[in-house]
Amino acid sequence: MQNIQSPEYAIETKNLFIFYGSFAAVSEVNMKIEKQKITAIIGPSGCGKSTLLRAFNRMNDFVPSSYVTGEILLHGQNLYGKDIDPVEVRRKIGMVFQKPNPFPKSIYENITWGARINGFKGNMDELVEQSLRGAALWDEVKDKLRKSAYELSGGQQQRLCIARTIAIQPDIILMDEPASALDPISTLRIEELMQELKKNYTIIIVTHNMQQAARVSDYTAMMMLEKDGSRSGTVIEFSETKRIFTNPKDKRTEDYVTGRFG
Amino acid sequence: MNPNRGHYPEGEALHRSLNGRYRSASIWQALFFSALVVAILSLAALLYNVMDGAFGYVAFEYKNDPSEFTAKPLDDLNKQELLDILTANLSSGAFKKLENDKAMEKRSRPDLYTLVLERLIQIDTKQTWSMTDSILHSKDIKAEAAAKYPKAKLEFRSWLTPVFLTTPMSSKAEFAGVRTAILGSLWMVGIAILFALPIGTGAAVYLQEYANKNFINRVIQTNINNLAGVPSIVYGMLGLAIFVRALEPLTSGSLFGVTDANGRTILSAGLTMGTLVLPLIIINAQEAIKAVPDSLRQAAFGVGATRWQTVWHHVLPNALPGILTGSILAVSRAIGETAPLIVVGASTFISIDPDGPFSKFTALPIQIYQWTTRAQSEFHAIAAGAIIVLLVLLLTLNATAILLRNRFQKKY
Repeated sequence: MQNIQSPEYAIETKNLFIFYGSFAAVSEVNMKIEKQKITAIIGPSGCGKSTLLRAFNRMNDFVPSSYVTGEILLHGQNLYGKDIDPVEVRRKIGMVFQKPNPFPKSIYENITWGARINGFKGNMDELVEQSLRGAALWDEVKDKLRKSAYELSGGQQQRLCIARTIAIQPDIILMDEPASALDPISTLRIEELMQELKKNYTIIIVTHNMQQAARVSDYTAMMMLEKDGSRSGTVIEFSETKRIFTNPKDKRTEDYVTGRFG
Repeated sequence: MNPNRGHYPEGEALHRSLNGRYRSASIWQALFFSALVVAILSLAALLYNVMDGAFGYVAFEYKNDPSEFTAKPLDDLNKQELLDILTANLSSGAFKKLENDKAMEKRSRPDLYTLVLERLIQIDTKQTWSMTDSILHSKDIKAEAAAKYPKAKLEFRSWLTPVFLTTPMSSKAEFAGVRTAILGSLWMVGIAILFALPIGTGAAVYLQEYANKNFINRVIQTNINNLAGVPSIVYGMLGLAIFVRALEPLTSGSLFGVTDANGRTILSAGLTMGTLVLPLIIINAQEAIKAVPDSLRQAAFGVGATRWQTVWHHVLPNALPGILTGSILAVSRAIGETAPLIVVGASTFISIDPDGPFSKFTALPIQIYQWTTRAQSEFHAIAAGAIIVLLVLLLTLNATAILLRNRFQKKY
C-alpha cells in the first residue's frame, strides 16, 4: 500500500455493496470519513451496521460466501483490489470488538503479541507502556503486567484491547459496540478515551446507543433497511452528528433519533 | 376477562392435575434410578468376577522335596546358598543357558529363589479355588485338599504379586508374569500415538481451520466419523495387508539391517493401532479446536495475524488440553484392543522383552486371551491377575485424562 495522503479523508466508500451469497446485506453505501474524527454508525438491529464496519478491515472475508462490490478506498487505494493482502489491511485498520476479547496471556503479552508477529523491532517495554498509557490503563496495571489479562475487570479488558490495537499503530480504529457489554462507569471511561484517541487516530464506531453517538461522535451515519422490502441495509443519511440529532433531512432519521421509530 | 382462563383447572381439579404430574415424574425418576442401578451392578459383577479369580486357595505339591537339596527351610536360605544349590544340581548345559540370559552372580535373591523352585523342586499345582469359595468354605476346602492330595500344601494366594508384574512369560503358570506383555503394550501404544497424534491433529486443524464447507470436505468428514465406528478386526485385516505384508521390508526392519524378523513386529502392531485410533483422535481434536472461541481468532486477525499465526499461537495452545485428553482416551481404547493384534500376528509366547520397534511382541489382552483358553485352572487365575493389571492401566490413563482436562480447563 502506498502512502498517497489524501488531504481530507481517511477512508472512502464508493457504491459499496456487501453480499452474503446472493443476499445484499448492505447496499449502495457512499461515505467519506474524515481523518481524526469519530464517525458513528447508528441504526436499528439487523440493518447491517456491523457488516459495514467489518468490511472496512476485511473481517467479513471469514464469512464463507461473503463478497463485496464497489470500492473502499484507503489513501486512494481500493482495499478490495486484487493485489491487496487482507492481513496488511488489518494491520492498518485495527478493530475493537463488542465483547472484550483479550488473549489468554499476560497483560504484557497481550500488547506485544501483535507487535511481534508484525515484525516490530523497537523497544517492547516502551511500546507496552506507551500503548497502555494511550489506552488510559497504565496506572491501573503497571504493577501487574505479568498477570493474566483475565484478572482485569470487563472495562479494563476492553481498554487493554484498545491498547493492543494502538500498539500496532493503525491509521484507523474500528469499534463494534465497544461499550455494550460494560457498566455505565466503564462506558464513560471508554468514551473519554475515544476523545483522546481521535487526536491521533480516525475512529469509526458502531453503536446502538443513540445517546452515545450524540455524546462522542463528530459525524453520524444513519443506517436503515431499504424501503423496497429487500431486507438490505443502507446509509440513509450521513452528516455532522449535531445535524443528524437536531435537524435531520430524512423523516426516518428523525423518527429514529427522537424515539418514535417503529 | 380472557376467555382462555376458564380452560385451566382451578382448586380441586388443579390439585388432582398436579398430583398426576408429580406421580408420572416420580415414576420416571424411579426408572432412571433403576437404569443406574443396573449399570452399577454390571460393573460390580465384572470387578467381582475378576477379583474372584485372582485370589484364593491353591493346593500344590513339590515334585522334588526341598530336603533333597538343603537341610534348612527354603525360605531361610540366602543368595549364596541358593546359588550353590543351583550350581550343584542343575545340568551344566542348563546352567550355562541361564548364565547367558543373565549372569547368575548378578541375579537377585528372589530371582534365584524362583529358579530353585522352578527348575529343581518343581511345583505341581493340583487345584485352585475361587476367592469366594476360599473365604466362605475354607474348612471344606482344607478337608477336601487333605483328602484328595495328602502330600499337597494348601495356601491362600494372591496371583497378582510384584513378581507377577516383573517376570516374563513362562510355560508354567506359577512362574509366568506379564512383564513382556506390559512392555509390549506400552511399546505398541507409544508407536500408535507417535503415528496418530501428529497426523490426527494436523488433519483436524485442516478440517476446522482451512477446509471450505464444500461437498468433498463434507464427504471426508462423514467418512472420518464412520471410520471411528468400523470394527477393530477390519483394522486388523488392513494392518495385515499393508503393514505386515506390503510394507514388510520397512516393518520387519530389513531395510535397516535387521535380519531376524518378519513383518509381524511391534511396529506393524503400533501402526495398525495408530490407524485404528486416528479417526478418534481427529474427531476429538476437531471438538477441542471447535471449543476455542471465535472471539480469540478474531482478536488475533484483528491485530494483523495470518491464519497460520492465529492457529499456531492461539488456537492450538488453547485446544491442546482437549487434544491430549482425547488422545489419552484413544490410547486407552488401543491398549485394550485384542482382535487386530491377533490378525496382525502377536506372539502368544515370548519371554524376551521387546527391545525396539522390530521386535516380536505380545500384549496384555493377547496374553489374557491366551491364558483363558488354557485348560488348567491356574492359568485362569493368572489371567484374572493380568486383567486387573490391564484395568489398573486403563484407569490410570483415564484418570490422567481427567486430571489434564481439569487442570488446563480455561475460561474465556
